[in-house]
Amino acid sequence: MPFIPHTEHDIQAMLASIGATNIDALFDEIPAALRNGKLNTTGDGLNEMQVARLMRERAAQDAQPLNFIGAGAYEHHIPAAVWEIATRGEFYTAYTPYQAEASQGTLQVLYEYQTMMASLTGMDASNASLYDGASGLAEAILMAVRAHKSSRRVLLPATVSPFYRSVAQSIVKLQGIELIDIPFDIATGTADIKALQQHAGSNIAALVIPQPNFFGALEDVGALTDWAHAQGALAIALVNPLALALLKAPGNWGAKGADIAVGDGQPLGAPLSSGGPYFGFMCCKQALVRQMPGRIIGRTVDLDGKPGFTLTLQAREQHIRRAKATSNICSNQGLMATAATIHMALLGADGLRRAAAASHANTQALAVQAGGVQGVKRLFGGAHFHEIVLHLPKSSAAVLSGMAGQGVLGGHDLQPHYPQLGNAILVCATETKTPEDLQRYVAALRHALQ
Amino acid sequence: MLIFERSHPGRRNAAQAPHYAAAVSGPSTVLRTGIPAALLREDQPLLPEASEMDVVRHYTSLSQKNFSIDTHFYPLGSCTMKYNPRACNTLAMLPNFLARHPLAPESTGQGLLACLHDLQEILKDVTGMAGVSLMPMAGAQGEFAGIAMMRAYHDARGDTARSEIIVPDAAHGTNPATAVMCGYTVKEIPTDANGDVNLDALRAAVGPQTAGLMLTNPSTLGVFERQIQAIQKIVHDAGGLLYYDGANLNAILGKVKPGDMGFDVIHMNLHKTFSTPHGGGGPGAGAVGVAERLLPFLPLPVVAKEPPSPQPSPGGRGSQNTYRYLTEADLPQSIGHLSAFTGNIGVLLRAYVYARMLGAEGMHRVAEFATLNANYLMAELHKAGFAVAFPQRRASHEFIISVKPIKDATGISAMDVAKRLLDKGYHPPTTYFPMLVPECLLIEPTETESKETLDGFVTALKEIRDEAYATPELVKGAPHTMPVRRLDDVKAARELDLAWHGRTTG
Repeated sequence: MPFIPHTEHDIQAMLASIGATNIDALFDEIPAALRNGKLNTTGDGLNEMQVARLMRERAAQDAQPLNFIGAGAYEHHIPAAVWEIATRGEFYTAYTPYQAEASQGTLQVLYEYQTMMASLTGMDASNASLYDGASGLAEAILMAVRAHKSSRRVLLPATVSPFYRSVAQSIVKLQGIELIDIPFDIATGTADIKALQQHAGSNIAALVIPQPNFFGALEDVGALTDWAHAQGALAIALVNPLALALLKAPGNWGAKGADIAVGDGQPLGAPLSSGGPYFGFMCCKQALVRQMPGRIIGRTVDLDGKPGFTLTLQAREQHIRRAKATSNICSNQGLMATAATIHMALLGADGLRRAAAASHANTQALAVQAGGVQGVKRLFGGAHFHEIVLHLPKSSAAVLSGMAGQGVLGGHDLQPHYPQLGNAILVCATETKTPEDLQRYVAALRHALQ
Repeated sequence: MLIFERSHPGRRNAAQAPHYAAAVSGPSTVLRTGIPAALLREDQPLLPEASEMDVVRHYTSLSQKNFSIDTHFYPLGSCTMKYNPRACNTLAMLPNFLARHPLAPESTGQGLLACLHDLQEILKDVTGMAGVSLMPMAGAQGEFAGIAMMRAYHDARGDTARSEIIVPDAAHGTNPATAVMCGYTVKEIPTDANGDVNLDALRAAVGPQTAGLMLTNPSTLGVFERQIQAIQKIVHDAGGLLYYDGANLNAILGKVKPGDMGFDVIHMNLHKTFSTPHGGGGPGAGAVGVAERLLPFLPLPVVAKEPPSPQPSPGGRGSQNTYRYLTEADLPQSIGHLSAFTGNIGVLLRAYVYARMLGAEGMHRVAEFATLNANYLMAELHKAGFAVAFPQRRASHEFIISVKPIKDATGISAMDVAKRLLDKGYHPPTTYFPMLVPECLLIEPTETESKETLDGFVTALKEIRDEAYATPELVKGAPHTMPVRRLDDVKAARELDLAWHGRTTG
């Protein structure tokens, strides 16, 4: 029996102790009419060799093309030690660290994680992770509305990832929160300040400020943060954590700094994995800590005065506060945060900065090279991090499909999200790309355009 | 010692760091980028400067401070801490699965999509539901999806006066918290002394304001709700829907289907029933299943299997694809997306490998042996004189004992017993939940533990009880063998220290 250790002798001895004649008798409280529903499609069990063969065949069907898609999930080198350590059974098969004395490993890792994330974002405190960046943004919006108290309206620029906007809408609309679209400046691909000004003086709970934004463009985050604060609104920074090795931390944006920083931690050690698991991170100023959702680790002392770590501020959470909790979140993405901690420890500030700078440089180089292809033009020429938008002289879907046929994923099609941009694609070249890869991109693009 | 305290200025891991590209490296430490100085970072983030070996030793030694399923018996009630087969990890981390970008064309992910589609079908089969979406990233998000679907269903019918979700007092805290996140108010109903829902209270609670009832069955009290058919009728007659909290699905896997019990919507914790690891708190996966009438509202995307079409569809979608993700165009009434991409795929692959290894027979056995282990452990503890909460009832896959008689006699609490169990090499059961039973231990052994492990656990509890009478200080001071003794939670909450700022830990 797979994963069941009982011998026939064990079973008989256990039934005798219980006073039951057979195992089926243990289910006698379940109304008979409901019992033993037949399984129709599940099939017979496979042994490890069979299932390994099946999975290897399935994996082999999935090609590994040369990837230039980003759009919220980024291909970075992950040091071998990261997942070697993160999948040690002691981390991998532990539960949430409710029994602190027997969970000091997980708890200390998460305290170190909180320290690293708070420092990267320039904020006072971090939680121990949320599900992903998009649902994390939804939680940040809910948190801002709780903190603001008098408004349920939040400004959400169109330069925020359409995937994130869609998730935020799915989650916050049920609490009657209104998300207001802010259009972008078609020349720069950044939030349209004039459109923003129309909301001056109206009661706004928060402004979401993406950096870099979905187009890879850098927003004037200082001015946006100050504008939000002048309106009495909170500033929610939506950031790529790797970019923060290079870019100004949200805690230093404008005169007072952003209030909440949130985003997806995937660039810090999580493989692309077709979409997950990644993890959401959330950091905030000290004054907002008690409004923050999710688990938080604190350092304290034991009975002997020795330092140790424990879950803290649990009175915010669903298992204590029930209907009055800050969120219903229980499980988070702890193992991904563990991997991120090891990843950041291995790379250090210098390694992260190199990865960020090399990604930026590769994308700049690709912009120049792709821009040299007949009819291809770069949109939004201002400062970018590691993604750019290219405008194509032919159907973007057809060109991408043509490039895919040559084993190159040429970017993400912006047409369905931003039809006003025409045949535009979003392209990313991280530090994993070599000069030869960039040449291959250009050749595939040129061929697909013929 | 923290990793930051192992840091030495100037120490680098050259092997892991990318070279500076020629375009950005300058003669000094200043990077030459096209980015305006006002947007650049001036300070250095507080990250360690440590060698690869420093880092590997640090985190390996931290891992050794954890209890885990791989190292200890972990009978944590309501959490289903069963063995996590290694094959699931190895096969979910095959390079092609890990390297695939979520927005890559579906033609490059047919193997993955086949796995996800198969998993949807298996989950439909074992739960008796008409449709499944794998997208929610944890149990609580599955609950959100489920209640949001309920609301979408009522709203689509113009039945908008339904404002209330009913929850038994034994429910997990996520249930009322979820109802509020979905814009509902919560009405709590009591449980009878025998562990079943109080039907009179339920009858009095339902009405035109009832959107639905959230029920865990078997309940958090470790007993099967015997009146489920009556409950189903009361809620449905009032126009409400019935939500199944799948936290305890392990108890009935292959034995009873939530769909056959009349549930309209369910979530499953794949990190419990389908053996994916808990990872020190996550990631999990909270797949949802629905009855026919809720199919249009499933969260996106759902994987569909279609015969390859001879005509290429517009937008360049390859005609060779057998599997594809359904979008808003297919399910316009969907509650939408709950993650940026496609949920916790890596967790879903682990659950899929596990489900295939079990097969239909294995599913039945999960419930059978989880229940056998729980009833055996309950019988042995009962015989040993421990106060079982519901001795007249069958245990499901878990059961409750109360330490109250011991506390009354010796002052030793459930917390003390839990901490002393650590010294004996056992992770304690869930304590103080559900709150209906004073000084309770909620014990869930799972099917993967052997008789001798359960016997050892009984011996440990008996020893602790003896110690409670003979040497209570020993128990009150426990644990004595862990990396730390009991921690000051009050200090942790009052003098918040949530990040290191350069002070030494001594």
